[in-house]
Amino acid sequence: MIGSLVDLLYIAASVLFILGLKGLSSPETARRGMLLAEIGMLMAIVGTLLHHDIVSYEWIVAGFLLGSVIGVPIAVLIPMTKLPERIALSHAFGGLAAAMVGVSEYYRHGEELGAIKMGAIGFEVMLGALTFTGSMMAFGKLQGVITGVPVTYRFQNVSNISLFAVTIGSVAYLVYDPSRHALFYAMLGLAFLVGLLFVLPIGGADMPVVISLLNSYAGLAASATGFVLSNNVLIIAGALDGASGFFLSIIMSKAMNRSFTNVLFGAFGAIAETAPVSVAQTAGVNEGSLEDAGMLLENARSLIVVPGYGMAVAQAQHAVRELADLVAKHGATVKYAIHPVAGRMPGHMNVLLAEANVPYDQLYDLDAINDDFSATDVALVVGANDVVNPAAKTNPRSPIYGMPVLNVDLARSVIVLKRSMNPGFAGIENDLFVRPNTMMVFGDAKQTLTRIVAELKK
Amino acid sequence: MTPEQFFGLYIFILAAFVGYQVITGVPKLLHTPLMSATNAISGISLVGSIVAAGAHYNSVSTALGFIAVTCATINVVGGFLITDRTLKMFKKRKPGGK
Repeated sequence: MIGSLVDLLYIAASVLFILGLKGLSSPETARRGMLLAEIGMLMAIVGTLLHHDIVSYEWIVAGFLLGSVIGVPIAVLIPMTKLPERIALSHAFGGLAAAMVGVSEYYRHGEELGAIKMGAIGFEVMLGALTFTGSMMAFGKLQGVITGVPVTYRFQNVSNISLFAVTIGSVAYLVYDPSRHALFYAMLGLAFLVGLLFVLPIGGADMPVVISLLNSYAGLAASATGFVLSNNVLIIAGALDGASGFFLSIIMSKAMNRSFTNVLFGAFGAIAETAPVSVAQTAGVNEGSLEDAGMLLENARSLIVVPGYGMAVAQAQHAVRELADLVAKHGATVKYAIHPVAGRMPGHMNVLLAEANVPYDQLYDLDAINDDFSATDVALVVGANDVVNPAAKTNPRSPIYGMPVLNVDLARSVIVLKRSMNPGFAGIENDLFVRPNTMMVFGDAKQTLTRIVAELKK
Repeated sequence: MTPEQFFGLYIFILAAFVGYQVITGVPKLLHTPLMSATNAISGISLVGSIVAAGAHYNSVSTALGFIAVTCATINVVGGFLITDRTLKMFKKRKPGGK
């Protein structure tokens, strides 16, 4: 009786999860959708608490409490600019939870496990463990604890791939002979190592792809847990998460015109990193003062703002909105152009601008806005670099050649706010900065914007 | 493979298709909330960890289960909270401008 009640709750939860994600197809229905998903989660948890194997609740309640004590403050207090870090952490927790459940199942049943179950446990533990360490590495890179520059060494790819092959081989052997306890724990250790080593060579600019992939792995690990425990709601929720992460990774890779393999093994920017900006290039830079920038903006009839990771670093989204509103007040049309990989995770810029109260119907996607630049007076680039680099269109030797970029260079004038002339994260020179119609304004983006606003208010 | 495992495979494949279909409908605008929402949903591994933590199979399972319940709770509670916090910020232009 209780068994079928639990099953009914699980079915309802699965349906509510799907409806919840469906709600995200529009900002108007999104919050209601999430409410449905929350109800679904509650039902699944209540259903599980009725499970006949449970004899006492003290550790469950302790885990609920500790998890809430850690989770709630992070969620409520974290600044929006730090969202990629928080997402990376949650992948780490998801991976760890799946791995722990898998280890616990193996510890209980060990040699009695059938081949399929053992395979599922091996898969779950391997994916969970490498998602955990990989996400912690991504978190460290985003936080700046670990260098965001790709770390490379000789035979890196060969050794990484061999290590991964050995890990998979161990899982395969365990399926054949589940009684090898030592091998199981060695496999767990290897998987932890693989996660660390695979993310180590990946640069900051590639983080959107890595974060999406880890999202997918965390989901697949949860799904594998479902196979181990014969629990369908776990299988379904994990599959949804896995599909979502996979889909986002594809979009992100496409937006960079690169394949998964290239992101994972390419160590992007490692070579170009050392190339200094040539003297000839710096000489061509047209540096403008705040007054010059203010004058251009004052006379503009149309403005497109192009935000990048630099805006997030400087926390300049509010200053950007203030300036854009002021320009709009002078009668100009204002739009925002969002490149899919601007920032460190999918949708990063949209969230920051929404936080600064920019209405979302002013935010335009790459494809939707790229034809508008040629009819625009001023393009204002705030801390974006690679995503506006015209070399991606013209220079076949550039490492980013073929990547879809925003046609900022076609605007009548371009104002670029940048900290210094140093090349961006990918270490690639950007000839947008030396074009005659480009004016560079150096300094912290937030301060510069605030001063231009003051200039315009005069 | 037991019939139960085959059934699980069916469910996995169909759910992956449904997931892919639903998620292709999410606009780029909302990709960050999508990520935090799927994070929260993947906290469903709570379902597995709760049993491990409460069943007293042995002390190792209880300890691992406790860690897993904690991690998954962080994801569920934190994930839904932050998704809602983000979604609240997305506003349309008020008619007539502001």
